[in-house]
This record gives sequence, structure tokens and C-alpha cells, in this order.
Amino acid sequence: MAGNREFFNRRLHSLLGVIPVGLFLIQHLVINHFATRGEESFNKAAGFMENLPFRIFLETFIIFLPLLFHAIYGLYIAFTAKNNVSRFGFFRNWMFMLQRFTGVITLIFVSWHVWQTRIQAALGQEVNFDMMASILSNPFMLWFYIIGVISTIFHFSNGLWSFCVSWGITLSPRSQVISTYVTIVIFIALSIVGIRAITAFI
Amino acid sequence: MMSDKKSVRFIITRQDNPDSDPYQEEFEIAYRPNMNVISALMEIRRNPVNVKGEKTTPVAWDMNCLEEVCGACSMIINGKPRQSCSALVDQLEQPIRLDAMRTFPVVRDLQVDRSRMFDSLKKVKAWIPIDGTYDLGPGPRMPEPKRQWAYELSKCMTCGVCLEACPNVNSKTNFMGPAVFNQVRLFNAHPTGEMNKAERLNAFMEDGGMTGCGNSQNCVQSCPKGIPITTSIAAVNRAATLQSFKNFFGSDNV
Repeated sequence: MAGNREFFNRRLHSLLGVIPVGLFLIQHLVINHFATRGEESFNKAAGFMENLPFRIFLETFIIFLPLLFHAIYGLYIAFTAKNNVSRFGFFRNWMFMLQRFTGVITLIFVSWHVWQTRIQAALGQEVNFDMMASILSNPFMLWFYIIGVISTIFHFSNGLWSFCVSWGITLSPRSQVISTYVTIVIFIALSIVGIRAITAFI
Repeated sequence: MMSDKKSVRFIITRQDNPDSDPYQEEFEIAYRPNMNVISALMEIRRNPVNVKGEKTTPVAWDMNCLEEVCGACSMIINGKPRQSCSALVDQLEQPIRLDAMRTFPVVRDLQVDRSRMFDSLKKVKAWIPIDGTYDLGPGPRMPEPKRQWAYELSKCMTCGVCLEACPNVNSKTNFMGPAVFNQVRLFNAHPTGEMNKAERLNAFMEDGGMTGCGNSQNCVQSCPKGIPITTSIAAVNRAATLQSFKNFFGSDNV
């Protein structure tokens, strides 16, 4: 018997992308959005998250472990595909390619972002409005963050669409078209939230 | 439209044996009205002389029914995988480029070995077991609307076009390919086949099975029979979700 480890891993990968990683992404973007209300407001919100009880457990089980699994298994998925958009230029095939492409971009961005904020925090730096403002004062970093955030949100929104197919939630072509529109709206809405937060730091 | 054309030009990617390197050869043949790619290949076979006037070996290809129901003559025609019997020369841009579906092992020229598809069907038990030591009598009846619906799924001719179009069917994965979803769904929907539903799902949940799908949906766009493959994919995914819960937690709903 061949075993069904692959089935388990792939479904786990799909689930973790939405719960908890996707939910964490939304929460993170919402907290960042406090920056639009000023420095004090952002520092208060970030401070609240920072001082949550059992933080290291929350981070480990809601963020680090699921994210690590999703990232490593996702890389495997991305590099076992043989993209063929030049021969088959259908909308969904483009989304398939972009899902893998943005996955890799997101991994690069998130790794850097974790290094620059969470690991620096562990090394004693304070994560606050000033830290972000100084990072984003560099034009290269500003664009890196904008591209990174958009790529992450795209990967999440389009991932929601394929999550619905992979678990058998959207079955008919019509339901899949409707979920395409729904995920486009999610992509635009979250992008506005993310970009507004970034620009609030400059 | 092109009826004033005196000749038809072909650029054919050829390969002498499974291990040799492919090469291109050009042919020009006299135009006849209503030609399809197969009748043109037959013309080349009759007089295997390439465009340089050199005598060459006849081009090898597979064919059988000549009416787009067997799937044997599938090849890549001007970049698209499709059946050569239903590819009309009048509707194709020239020069017409022919290549083998290289997702499969090439036997010779345009001929490929599609046995992996049949092996997959065996693995997922895509049949209805009715053999026994005594007559089991008639099975449960299938409602007519459901029969008509199932007929659409039964049009699959294992031609391999969906595997050729799928970005996840390649040498780096052991994914069985889109066609299998449809067959699992077809036999699981049959009133007698339904009795072995769990067996098929469990076999298809094994490595190389349904999880290889990455939802590029090229299959449904490319299927020459217009089979709703992606609907079958989502339906089988749904059934597998329930089956995996049953497997894990146990269920008295056999």
C-alpha cells in the first residue's frame, strides 16, 4: 500500500493556510491599521498584542509552527509544478502560477519581516511605530514591504478560493465563479487595509 | 477560406525510438478539400519524402476510430493537445506543427504510451465489480435524469489531453492526472458502483492520487469531450473529506 501521507500533508497545508495563518494575517493587518490613527494609537494596539498572556505559546502554535509547515510544504508544491501559462493561458492557470510565485515571494518577505521585527524584539529592541517608520523611510524597504504585503494578500485570497475547491465546499462552476468574485473583493479590501497601514508610517 | 491553397505544409517533431533525441522534419503535401491531420499523415506515409526532396521513414502515429471517441490519435497540433482525426486542415494555421504529447513516454514520432492512465484506473478500481459465483439478479435502477448526467461523465476516452494540459502531471510528481477524478465520480455515482465507494476513495487518497491537483483547471478547458472535470474534482474532494473523517474517527455508517 502506498499510504496516504501525501493526502494528509496536502490537506493540512490547505487548512493551515486559512486556519490559523490566514486568520492571523487578517488580525495582523487590522492591528497595523491602527497606525492610520496616529503613533500613540498604534503603539497602544501593538503593546496590547505584545503583552497578551502566554504570548510565546500563542505565537508558537498559532503562527510559527503552522507557518513553518505551510511554507516548507508549499515550497515543495511550488517546485513540483511545471508551469505552462504560455501554452495554456487560461485565467485559472495564471492564478495557479501566481499562487506559487506569490507563495515564494511571500516566504522571502515574511522571513525578512520576522527577522527585522520579531527576532530583533527577542534581541531586546522595542517594536513600535518608530521602528516601522525608520524601516519604511528607506525607499527600497518601502517598495519591498508594499510588494510583500500585496503578494501575501493575493496568496491568501486566491488560496481561499482553492481551499474551497480542495475541501469540496464550492463544487459547481457557478459556485466557483462566485467564489472567484468573493476572493477578488477580499483581495482588494485587505490590500487597502495593508497599504493604508504602510503609508501611515511615512 | 484556404481552399485556393495548393499545398499543405507540416512541421513534424519526430523521434526514432523511446530513447533517441527528437528532431524536426518538414513536409509539403498536395491540398485536398476537407482534409484532416490524419488524412495528411496518410498522404505522407504513402510517399515519405520531406520538403528537401529526401526520402525518409514514414511518420508513425496512433489511430483507431477516426471519429473522436477512442482517444488514440491525440497529439499536439499547433501547440494544443487534441485528436488529429477531428483536426481539420482548413481550420488550422500553416505550417501545421505536430508533436507528440510528451507528458507520456514517446514510442516513436507522434506515438505515445498512455498505459499510465490505464494503470491509474486499475489502482482506483474504476469499474463495477459484479462477478460472483451465482447470479446476483438485476441491480438497483438508475433514475433517468441521473443516467443522462452520468452519460456526460462516461464520455471520457482516456485520450490523455487533460494530463498533457495539467501543470502538475510531470516527471517531478506521481500525480495520476485529472481524468481519474472523473472516473471515480462516475463509478461512485452508479447505483451498483456506489456499493464500493469507500474502496475507490481510499485508493484514490493514496500517494499520487487526488491531492496532486493544484486547481489550474486546464483540464476542463482542454477536454475535447467537454466533461465537467473540475466539478468532478471538487465532488471527489468533498467525498474524500467525509471519507477521511470516517476513516479517522470511525463510523457505523458503512
